[in-house]
Amino acid sequence: MTSTLVHDIEKHARLGPWALEGWLAEKQFPVVEGRTVTFVFRGRVEQVKLRHWIHGLATALPFHNVPGTDLWFLAIDVPEGSRLEYKLEVVARGEHRLIQDPLNPNLASDPYGVNSVVHGAGYQVPEWSLPDPEARPGEIVEHPIRSQALGDQQVQVYLPARFRRTRRYPLLVVHDGPDYVKYAALKIALDNLIHRLELPSLVVALIRSHDRLREYADDPRHADFLARDLVPQLESAFPLVGKPSARTLMGASFGAVASLAAAWRYQGFFDRLLLQSGSFAFTDIGPHDRGPVFDPVVRFVNAFRRNPGRPANQMYVSCGVYESLIYYNRSLVPLLERAGLDVKYSEAHDGHNWENWRDRLREGLSWLHPGPLWMVYE
Amino acid sequence: MHSGRVVLLGPQRLHRTLSSAVESLRVHGMVAAVTAGWEEREGEDQEMREHLGGRTVNLKIWERAEDVMTRDPELSRALRERHDRLREQHALYRLRLDFAVEAARELMRREPTPGREEMLEAERAAAIEAVRELDEFHLRRVSLIHREFEAEWRPTEREVVARHRHELAQIVESCECVCVAGGHVVVLLHRLRLFDLLPLLAHRPLVAWSAGAMALGERVVLFHDSPPQGQGAAELHEEGLGAYSGVLPFPHAKKRLRLHDRRRIAFLARRFAPDRCLALDPLTRADWDGRRWHGEPGTLRLHEEGMLVQAGAP
Repeated sequence: MTSTLVHDIEKHARLGPWALEGWLAEKQFPVVEGRTVTFVFRGRVEQVKLRHWIHGLATALPFHNVPGTDLWFLAIDVPEGSRLEYKLEVVARGEHRLIQDPLNPNLASDPYGVNSVVHGAGYQVPEWSLPDPEARPGEIVEHPIRSQALGDQQVQVYLPARFRRTRRYPLLVVHDGPDYVKYAALKIALDNLIHRLELPSLVVALIRSHDRLREYADDPRHADFLARDLVPQLESAFPLVGKPSARTLMGASFGAVASLAAAWRYQGFFDRLLLQSGSFAFTDIGPHDRGPVFDPVVRFVNAFRRNPGRPANQMYVSCGVYESLIYYNRSLVPLLERAGLDVKYSEAHDGHNWENWRDRLREGLSWLHPGPLWMVYE
Repeated sequence: MHSGRVVLLGPQRLHRTLSSAVESLRVHGMVAAVTAGWEEREGEDQEMREHLGGRTVNLKIWERAEDVMTRDPELSRALRERHDRLREQHALYRLRLDFAVEAARELMRREPTPGREEMLEAERAAAIEAVRELDEFHLRRVSLIHREFEAEWRPTEREVVARHRHELAQIVESCECVCVAGGHVVVLLHRLRLFDLLPLLAHRPLVAWSAGAMALGERVVLFHDSPPQGQGAAELHEEGLGAYSGVLPFPHAKKRLRLHDRRRIAFLARRFAPDRCLALDPLTRADWDGRRWHGEPGTLRLHEEGMLVQAGAP
């Protein structure tokens, strides 16, 4: 992959260090030119690689050194509208280090740390995911849940702005809810979308698990927790509609598995599901290669594929095309449709990360819960 | 029918102009407030009351309608049945509308072949006319449902409605002006219609904003150019109360319409002509004196050539 920029780098390098320094100082890296993104690194090191999580590409793409300089560059093809999270792997004195790109101020966080981010041509951070001073803020309160299935615990509950005990609200249960708030701007999105009438006022249970890889992998205790403990107790503590048609489960990755598995175990209890980048690994033949943590997931998805039943009536499913899970999610959709579900499926040029899940919130939530946008003019 | 002045204002939440509008009408007495569009929050009118110096009395239209539903189950069932018929009628309309609007918009997007501009313009005009005919058809169908309901049930003659209407007449009698707030436009419109409020107001001036402004017009148009789902085709929902004519209000136009998209704006203006599509943004105001409109400077309307012009401009 070559770009105009690469030619410019080489040209200024030939003119000498002063010319190169002056030219570089005017640039903001990485540089996006159409589908070509050029990364630059400065440093007296032995090797630089781009570490990313794009399924299908080599996981580490080597930078090229401009001879006689400490400048390294890499130009890659990035389709329009993409978001790409990455780190740089720098090798100096034989030591490998993973670092954020020092020349790129754009960062994205997740529970494991902070990555650098590059936005492909045409990508924009959705404005509804940014704080809007006009939007009335909702409130997050702690609420105790007594549970035989998983033990007593505190859950966070989002109450929309202008919450009234005299009204009845639909309930949305979000797996990894506090992470959605922290890394995917869920509260800001809810405040904004409710304010803009794109969503009705919702009560949202933000649940978390201290053992999510186990509990979210079709653990029957988790389904019991949702259907027998959490929802009934919330419906008695808060003014909720209290009918299947007003109960939605949502989650990403293993949280999507937990949502589908619980709805499958308690058919008729939840009406709508929002499943993002679900870890829906399955096998058509032989064992899977995703490690033992996926054993119960594969057993569940294989069983679900044999007998999907009707876990819900309406499902929004999304996945990033750069994820290894894209195959499983694409395979799920026709199965759900054959089972008679109303399914909306969306793909993005993004990976398995929180900002991908953030960016789909408006589309998914407003499809499952259309707000009174067309009717209300305040 | 109402025969007094009507003042339409921009949204009031962040930029309140209601008080100065009421003062400009030389109203010194009580002001009747309609906040039925706020539904169960109808009674939370403290800010409005303070803004008007405490001289408001809320007509509690929403609460009265709830009382009717409870005390007159027969009428309540009939209202629900009408609601179901209307919902089906709107769904059928939308099915046709989406295709008709998409065709018209595609023609608006196309560039004419040099020297053959007339060909494209003729197709555009026909496509817009097709949407207008569909709108009119829908309006007739919806009006028929309302007329049949009124003829069969005569709501104002039923005991509970009549009692509330009598109380409303007494309250209105003590007020010099009526203000109608926004909110859910169809809830507001249907509840005002249930009590047939407009004839009770006689010559009293009306001040309305947002959904209130929409419900008082001759036609109610629902609109949003960038909804999260769908293409954003404005819908002619049904007839309004007809307190004024000649103008279609578009509250929050800057937020809800793509005002920079000349082709969309031109389509909207041509679709609803001869009514003038008024952009009712904060701090705007338009006055109806019973015969003609006067827009304050800065109050804009959508022009058939796709730009925004002063409301009073030709």
